[in-house]
Amino acid sequence: MKTASKIYMTLAFIFLFAPIVIMLIFSFNEAKSLSVFSGFSLKWYQELMRDRETLKSVKNTLVLAASASLISTVMGTAAAVGMMKLRRRRVRKAIDTVTNIPMVNPDIITGISLMLMFVFVGRLFGSASSLSFGTMLIAHITFCLPYVILQVIPKLEQMDPSLSEAARDLGCTPVRAFFLVELPEILPGILTGAIMAFTLSLDDFVISYFTAGNGFQTLPIRIYGMTKKTVTPKMYALATLIFFAILLLLLLSNLAERKGEKE
Amino acid sequence: MRTKATRLQKLLLYPYGLWAILFIVVPLAFIAYYAFTDNSFAFTTENITRFFTATSSVTAEDGSVSEVHTYLLIFARSLKLAVVSTVICLLLGYPVAYIISRCNARLQSSLITIIMIPMWMNFLIRTYAWMTILQDTGILNSALTALGLSPLHIIGTESAVVIGMVYDYLPYMILPIYSVMAKLDVKLIEAARDLGCNGFSTLRRVIWPLSLPGVLSGVTMVLIPSVSTFYISQKLGSGKFFLIGDAIEGQYVANNLHFAAAIAFVMMIALLTAMALLRALADRKVSGRS
Repeated sequence: MKTASKIYMTLAFIFLFAPIVIMLIFSFNEAKSLSVFSGFSLKWYQELMRDRETLKSVKNTLVLAASASLISTVMGTAAAVGMMKLRRRRVRKAIDTVTNIPMVNPDIITGISLMLMFVFVGRLFGSASSLSFGTMLIAHITFCLPYVILQVIPKLEQMDPSLSEAARDLGCTPVRAFFLVELPEILPGILTGAIMAFTLSLDDFVISYFTAGNGFQTLPIRIYGMTKKTVTPKMYALATLIFFAILLLLLLSNLAERKGEKE
Repeated sequence: MRTKATRLQKLLLYPYGLWAILFIVVPLAFIAYYAFTDNSFAFTTENITRFFTATSSVTAEDGSVSEVHTYLLIFARSLKLAVVSTVICLLLGYPVAYIISRCNARLQSSLITIIMIPMWMNFLIRTYAWMTILQDTGILNSALTALGLSPLHIIGTESAVVIGMVYDYLPYMILPIYSVMAKLDVKLIEAARDLGCNGFSTLRRVIWPLSLPGVLSGVTMVLIPSVSTFYISQKLGSGKFFLIGDAIEGQYVANNLHFAAAIAFVMMIALLTAMALLRALADRKVSGRS
């Protein structure tokens, strides 16, 4: 790298990481202030551990993300396998277009559109509050699905079709051929899709905001509630913990990848 | 046997097909349905008319009062801030993507991971952190005062909203441009150099046109969330700058679902048109060169 490039990259990284570093520092602030550092303390972390509502929202978020990514991965993989067999161009094109909608549409549109439908259907059945864990799960599966499908399709396209044909010629049933031959080939795509779905679901605020019921609060919605009032360093303590959890996950997945490459 | 297997595979598409119709296509139809009906679900164009004609009076800084079209003004402001943010993201992000794509493979993947880390941080917390930096008594102003400079008033201005948008969405600009540039054939650049291009004209004549698909998806990925955001403007604009997302969210909170749907409907149509135009423009540019 040239010196000019190095300076430019350094400035870019300072910009990208300034808020994160500030968050890390102020999560250890002794005082309540988020802009004047008065001394080192762990008290905001202790306070966070006593905050039942936040801890419960963490649990809710994980349950929702795990269910949404599991269901969208299974359904999305099945859809990708099915899409490969479509001969008619027009049908394939129509499905591709619909699949793209949740990715191209602003989150607020996806959220509002699902909310309107849930409210309408809820009113048909005469219930006042139709939004719940179920509606949120449906919403999360919906916006995760395209990402899973887009990760699996290229793997299926790269695969040699004669492999599964050979398996079937050797007496495998189609189902057995799929699980023995195709599935191991496309597994990396499925896993990437599942991880993407999981992280998208963890991080989503806008769509959750519109489709969440009163009883079910995820972490982003909890954070939104917290930032409506005066924020204490407790939220930064929470952010710091999330940050290191993510870093750990990234490191682990990198290690797994390297190990996979060596083998 | 073969056809049976094919039929079996096609069956796998049904659950998703049904899901996509029920939860992607039908909900969009519900936006249109709500936008064109009143509270008792009778047909009306009043919601849409209200978007285009509603007025309110605004007091300017010099004390003069003027009548403005409320929602058209909000819409124009959203568009302006989103376009400004997108242009800044492109200007800042393009060199980053270019520099990374010229590094060796190992360094490339590390740098890209570093770029992605802030994206993993919750978007609400990131935005809030900027609020504490930009506040009048915030970190930036303490630093400026310590250096003997005069403090800046940024929070609650349009610049603060733009800073927030650029920060939150910059990685979405860098990543797609990088992924196109990383696949770019180095021989093309060498050839341009050999044929007498200097650095700048190589960039303008070879690299830029080839990276256009990446630029296009980067622009889309920044423009769409910034035009529709409602959190950044609430926090960094101190609620003074209503954007189209704020308008939708406000109507939702006030339980005016039909008008919220009308605003969403207009925004969706406008975005679809803008994207189609952008795509047509880029297609013409790409095919015009080759």
